Amino acid sequence: MNARTKMILGRMAQAIPVVMGVVVISFLLTRALPGDPAAYFAGPAADEASIAEIREALGLDKPLFQQFFLYVGDLARGDLGTSLTTGQTVMSDLAARLPASLELTLVALLLSCAIAIPLGVLAATRPGTWVDHLCRVLVTAGVSMPTFFTGIVLIYVFYYLAGLAPSPLGRLDFIYLSPPHVTGFYLIDAALAGDWETWFGALKQLILPATTLALFTLAPIARMTRAAMLSALSSDFIRTARAAGLGSRKVLYGYAFRNALLPVVTTLGMVFSFTLGANVLVEKVFAWPGIGSYAVEALVVSDYAAVQGFVLAMALLFVALNLVIDIAYALIDPRIGLN
Amino acid sequence: MTDTSRRTFLKLTGGTVGAAMLPFLKTMPAQAQSGGRIVVVSGQTINSLDLHRTGTNRASYQVAVNCYDRLVSFGTKDAPGGGLSYDYDVIEPELAESWTISDDGLTMTFKIKPDATFWDGRKVTAADVKWSFDRAVSAGGFPTVQMKAGGLVRPDQFEAVDDETFVITLDKPSKLTLPDLAVPVPFIINSEEAKANATEDDPWAMEYLHTTPAGSGAFKVVRWDQGQQPVYERNDTWVGGPLPSFEQVIVREVPSPATRRALVERGDVQMSFNIPNKDASELAEMDGVDVYSTPIENCIHCLCPNFNFEPFQDANVRKALAYAIPYEAIFQTAAYGRGAPMWGGEAEITDTAWPRKSPFMTDMTKAKEHMAASGFEVPLSISLGLADWMEPTALLMQEAFAEIGIKAEIEKIPGANWRSAALVEKRLPLHLENFGGWLNTPDYYFFWAYKHGHLFNSSNYLNEEIEQLVDSTLHIPMDDPAYAPNIKRMFEIAFEDLPRIPLWQPALNVAMNGASGYEFWFHRQLDVRPLTTATT
Repeated sequence: MNARTKMILGRMAQAIPVVMGVVVISFLLTRALPGDPAAYFAGPAADEASIAEIREALGLDKPLFQQFFLYVGDLARGDLGTSLTTGQTVMSDLAARLPASLELTLVALLLSCAIAIPLGVLAATRPGTWVDHLCRVLVTAGVSMPTFFTGIVLIYVFYYLAGLAPSPLGRLDFIYLSPPHVTGFYLIDAALAGDWETWFGALKQLILPATTLALFTLAPIARMTRAAMLSALSSDFIRTARAAGLGSRKVLYGYAFRNALLPVVTTLGMVFSFTLGANVLVEKVFAWPGIGSYAVEALVVSDYAAVQGFVLAMALLFVALNLVIDIAYALIDPRIGLN
Repeated sequence: MTDTSRRTFLKLTGGTVGAAMLPFLKTMPAQAQSGGRIVVVSGQTINSLDLHRTGTNRASYQVAVNCYDRLVSFGTKDAPGGGLSYDYDVIEPELAESWTISDDGLTMTFKIKPDATFWDGRKVTAADVKWSFDRAVSAGGFPTVQMKAGGLVRPDQFEAVDDETFVITLDKPSKLTLPDLAVPVPFIINSEEAKANATEDDPWAMEYLHTTPAGSGAFKVVRWDQGQQPVYERNDTWVGGPLPSFEQVIVREVPSPATRRALVERGDVQMSFNIPNKDASELAEMDGVDVYSTPIENCIHCLCPNFNFEPFQDANVRKALAYAIPYEAIFQTAAYGRGAPMWGGEAEITDTAWPRKSPFMTDMTKAKEHMAASGFEVPLSISLGLADWMEPTALLMQEAFAEIGIKAEIEKIPGANWRSAALVEKRLPLHLENFGGWLNTPDYYFFWAYKHGHLFNSSNYLNEEIEQLVDSTLHIPMDDPAYAPNIKRMFEIAFEDLPRIPLWQPALNVAMNGASGYEFWFHRQLDVRPLTTATT
């Protein structure tokens, strides 16, 4: 077993208590929510008896302790329960909605990095010039406009006025059928199926929401890149490298940028996790069937199973994400060993 | 070894890609037939294809309406505010060809259309009707409560005499029974298909029908992506009514009202169902978009003072509230003038029209007269789930009540708590409420909203005369000599005691662009069957 496998296994072992804690806390927190799901889901015109019936069917009449052990037992069998709001099992909801959110967030982050990192580097190498000012304006505008506002403005301009964008009707226009489910990422699934028409259809639907999210996530990445590059460029090793007569390209990308990448990757991880949870407003505006709106709707009506399933899925995702970031650290900076 | 596994791997992936390519349908099948499809957007999401299931939400009732048949249906009339509406006074056949009611009103005999078939081709029989009705009265929860409203409570009331004859036996005659058979709940299921998929734990096939409807209705669900869309396809062998004009109907769920508005304005979707009042009033001014705002029958937005809260036990204080409310400002701000005002009516009650205007109007002098007692503080509760109309209403009321010495603090309650707090525990001292009855008679409204202990009587109102009047009027026919006097007396008491202060009758708004034929229904869900293209 090499060092890397050991480290990965070690990190995964560390995640176990975290996940256990999340299970307990999410269970207790959902129960602490005000509201009575039985009364809510009994529907209009329900009487005491039918509410009691539903409470029994949901197992909510049992003591808290017993409910918890039943929940953990189900969890151990891989059963996350059934969501009342959607009428589906939480597992199938997550399987359908998590890829939708991940696809949107990842595309948005790629887009955002493709703009923010070069912009940050340029701004750092030419501080005080128009590039630096442009960077500042873009960043301020991006971060100060709420996503639902940017989303609606983009729809208004590119769909309503110009007619360039496709109907903001979710992941695919109604004329397409969703590609056969492999990963749940439409771009990947459509490509696997060789169905390029659907692939373009899915891509077209992604452009506006991804741009909306990208504008919002641009700010932290560009600012962090600029700051990290500035501090890297003013460090001793860069002066030494320059003094040694290395080419400016080598100095900039080989030494300064590589050192500046560490904080950028850290920020990326944070931005990613933040965006995944926070894109609920973008999901609403673009009718995107994602995980954020799912969680919010479940929370509003005290849909316990769905909220718990969401929290758990997010916890696992973050554990995985942190692992990936740690591995990325080790790849970027050899000084950070794998141990 | 490695070679074999690589080969297996290649085979495997090749297999998957091949299989994935098999249904090489890039687009929806009906795309070729232009005009054969309508796309509707709605802000609501469907959570089940079976209305009888526990936890099925209101939006899902559309599946029961469009995909299943009932024995009977309501007629059609012109709606106030344009478009069409269902007609409560006319009962039409759907699956039943004809029916007779015995002279004592206790036995109803239905003849089922001989050519009616389920989607799988099997003939609809009385046994299917019996099984479906047994299911509705046994499922518990809302379906059972709704069946009970029509006097349908036990399976032994239903009998399949032969394949085409179905008999209902009632414990007492009621004018509500026949209309109650036309509401979405008593829909007729293919019982053979359901029973084949039932289990010991699930004798009513709730799990199966939850995702797989089995009916005889005008449309089949060919696709259901939860949280995104149901796709309906026409059943060409439908005999329940005139064959719908559209072959395919897609109901896309778009949560943001702004997005829905952009879509319908551009004409990329033909209909936006249940739009906000503000959009309705603005879209109505635009060319190309037709807006229908139908006042919802038997539904009134009310302010409810709770009799458990000491100051509201004084009738004068309740009247002071009724005189202090700035009705017109609220109607314009919260409803954008959509719906019907429910204030400033005649003092004398001469007919049984309902909903009717209360005799109250904004009059601060009278309000202050009635409010001789010293002021008090009270929370004014609203539901966050209904904040679009409740919040502006509450703000304007807060301002007006302050003038007569009532300091109202606005309390916003999340959706999940609202039902428990307002309706089940009935603990909110002053709150807004919007009950609407499916069966369109005033006594039915009073039964739910004025009788003590009943769910929508969130004011804890108790009046012996109302109790007795409602009980004696609820089931008698509307042409009974006692009916009109009883109803008028109920109105008098309601306006004197004011457990519910009427504000306005809300409207259901629908915008259409390139389609017509919209019909309003009391259940406030979309009936896609009568829709047609705008040109025809």
